[in-house]
Amino acid sequence: MSAALPSPRAGDGPVSEAVQLAGVGKTFRGRTDVTALADIDLAIEAGEFVTFIGPSGCGKSTLLRLIADLIEPTAGTVTVNGKSARQARLDQDYGIAFQQAGLMEWRTVARNVELPLELRGWDRARRRTRARELLELVGLPDFVDSWPIELSGGMQQRVAIARALATGPKLLLMDEPFGALDEMTRERLQAELTRIARESGATVVFVTHSIPEAVYLSDRVVVLSARPGRVTEIVPVPLGDRTDDTREAPEFYAKVTEVREALRGRTGRATVPAAEER
Amino acid sequence: MTGVGAEPAVAALVEDAGPPPAAHRERRTRSALTRAGWFVASVVLVCALWEAYKAIGSPDGWSVFGVRVLPRADDASMPHVWQVLQRFGRPESAAEDSSSVAVAVLDAAWFTFRVAMAGLLLGGAVGFGLGMLMDRFAIAERGLLPYVVLSQTVPLIALAPLVVGWGGRLHIGALIWRPWMSVSVIAAYLAFFPIAVGALRGLRSPSPHSLELMRSFSASWWQSFRRLKLPASVPYLIPALRLAAASAVVGAIVAEISTGIRGGIGRLVIEYSREATSDPAKVWTAFLGAALLGLLVAGLVALVDLALVRYRPSGAHR
Repeated sequence: MSAALPSPRAGDGPVSEAVQLAGVGKTFRGRTDVTALADIDLAIEAGEFVTFIGPSGCGKSTLLRLIADLIEPTAGTVTVNGKSARQARLDQDYGIAFQQAGLMEWRTVARNVELPLELRGWDRARRRTRARELLELVGLPDFVDSWPIELSGGMQQRVAIARALATGPKLLLMDEPFGALDEMTRERLQAELTRIARESGATVVFVTHSIPEAVYLSDRVVVLSARPGRVTEIVPVPLGDRTDDTREAPEFYAKVTEVREALRGRTGRATVPAAEER
Repeated sequence: MTGVGAEPAVAALVEDAGPPPAAHRERRTRSALTRAGWFVASVVLVCALWEAYKAIGSPDGWSVFGVRVLPRADDASMPHVWQVLQRFGRPESAAEDSSSVAVAVLDAAWFTFRVAMAGLLLGGAVGFGLGMLMDRFAIAERGLLPYVVLSQTVPLIALAPLVVGWGGRLHIGALIWRPWMSVSVIAAYLAFFPIAVGALRGLRSPSPHSLELMRSFSASWWQSFRRLKLPASVPYLIPALRLAAASAVVGAIVAEISTGIRGGIGRLVIEYSREATSDPAKVWTAFLGAALLGLLVAGLVALVDLALVRYRPSGAHR
C-alpha cells in the first residue's frame, strides 16, 4: 500500500539495536537440568521484523520470555533498547501478546485495552481515547463496549494486539499469537500485523512454528535447533512490502523452501519433541 | 503450499457480536420470575404432602421390627399446617403483656441473623486473609492448610462452652465481651473455612499467561491482586460465601443452644420444645423462623452474586 513510508530501520537515533543477545543461555534446574537455550548471539535492529522458528522444544518461546524479562537467563546478557531487559520491562518498553488472547472477561473490550494504561496511571478520558484509536487500528471500532466472550477467536487476538500496542512500545513481542486461529483468519491478521508494524515503526519479535507465516511476516527468519536451542541459520527475506500477491510469488516459495531446508538440515537427527515446551 | 505449517482450524470464522443487551435483561427477568414460581410451588407441595401424610398415615407411625421408620401422624407430633400458622397469631404465653408468637419468632430470628452476620463478616475476613496469605507464601500454605482443615473436625458442641468461658475472661482495651460475641465467634469458626479454601483456589485460578502479562506491565503485587487475582477469584468466592453463610447460621443456632444464650432462635427452639406436649404447634413456629432465617441469608448471598455477575465465567452476564 504505502510504499512512500521511510524505512525506520535506517539509523534511528543513537541506539539502532532494539534487542541484543550476547552469549545467552537458559538452563531450567530440576531433578534433571534441562538446557533450553545455549550460546545465543543475536542483534535485532530497530524497526526490524524478526521471527524465531524451530522444532517443538527448541526454546523459541523461552527466548522471547528472556527478552521480555519474564524469566532470567542463566548465562549471557539480554539488552533491550540499550538497557537491561529488566529495566526495559520496568519502563514498559515492549508490548507482548501470547497464543491465548488472555483477555479479562469481566472487562469490556476497551477496558482490556486500557489495562496497561490504567497501571501507568493515565486518566480515564485519555485512556478511553487511546483505546478507541487502537481498536480502530486493529479493525474493531464497533466493539469498544462489547464483552470479550462476544468476540470470535480472531477478534479476541486483535484486542490482545491492541492491548500490546497500548503504551506505544517500540518493541512488540509475540508468542505464536495466531497459533490457535484458522488459516483464513490467520492470513488476514498476518497482513494486518505487517501493516501495523510498518505504520508504527515498531520492532517486532515473533515466535511461530509455521514456515509460511515466518516468511510472510519477517525481514529475517532466525532458525533454531532442537534442545538445546541454538541459532543454526538466519534467513533474510527481502520481499519488500507484503501484499496478498506476496504469498503466491515464486520468491516467496523459494524462501519457504530455504527456511524448510534450514530447519531440516540441523534437526533431522534429533527431533524428540519435548512435551512441555511452551 | 503443500500443507506446510497448516494449522488445524480451531476458532470459527463467524464474527457475530451476540444478541443485544436488552434481550439479555429481559431473559434474566423472566428466569427470575420462573424461579420464584418454582419456589412457591415447592412450598405448596411440601404443605400438601404434610397434610396428605396426616390424612393417610397411622397415628402411631409405622414400625419395622420395632424400629419406627415413619413418624406418628397424630396432632401432637404433626400439627396441621393451619394450626401452625394460626399459632403465629396467638400470644406467646398466658401472661397479660405477652406478644404474639410471630413477633417473638421474628425478634429471635432477627437477633440470630445479626449474630450470624457478624460471625460471617469475621469469618469471611479471617478466611480471606488466610487465603491471601497462603496464596502469597507457599510456606504459609504448607504450614497453615493442615490446621485449617483440622479446625473443622473439632466438634462444635464441645467448642461452644469453651469459647464462652474464654470470652468471659477476655479484656481487650475498652471492649466489653458480650455473650452474643461468643456466638458470633463460633459462627465465624465454621464460616471461615469455605472462604479460606475458596479464596486460595480463586486467587490461584488466573492462568500463567495472565500472570506473565501483569508482569510484563510491571504491575506491582497489589495491582495484579486487585486487577487480576481478586476478580478472577469471584467465581470461587460466591459458592464459598453461600456455604459460609449457611455454616454461620447453623453455627450461631447450635452455639445458642449449647451455651443457652438468650434472645436467639436457638434458645426459642429449646423453650418451645419444652411445651411440645401441651402446645405442639408452637415449636414448629420456631422451626419455621429458623428456616426463614436461612432463606434470608441465602437471598442476601444471591444479591451479592447478582451484583458481581460480570465476574462470572463464560459470560453469564448476558
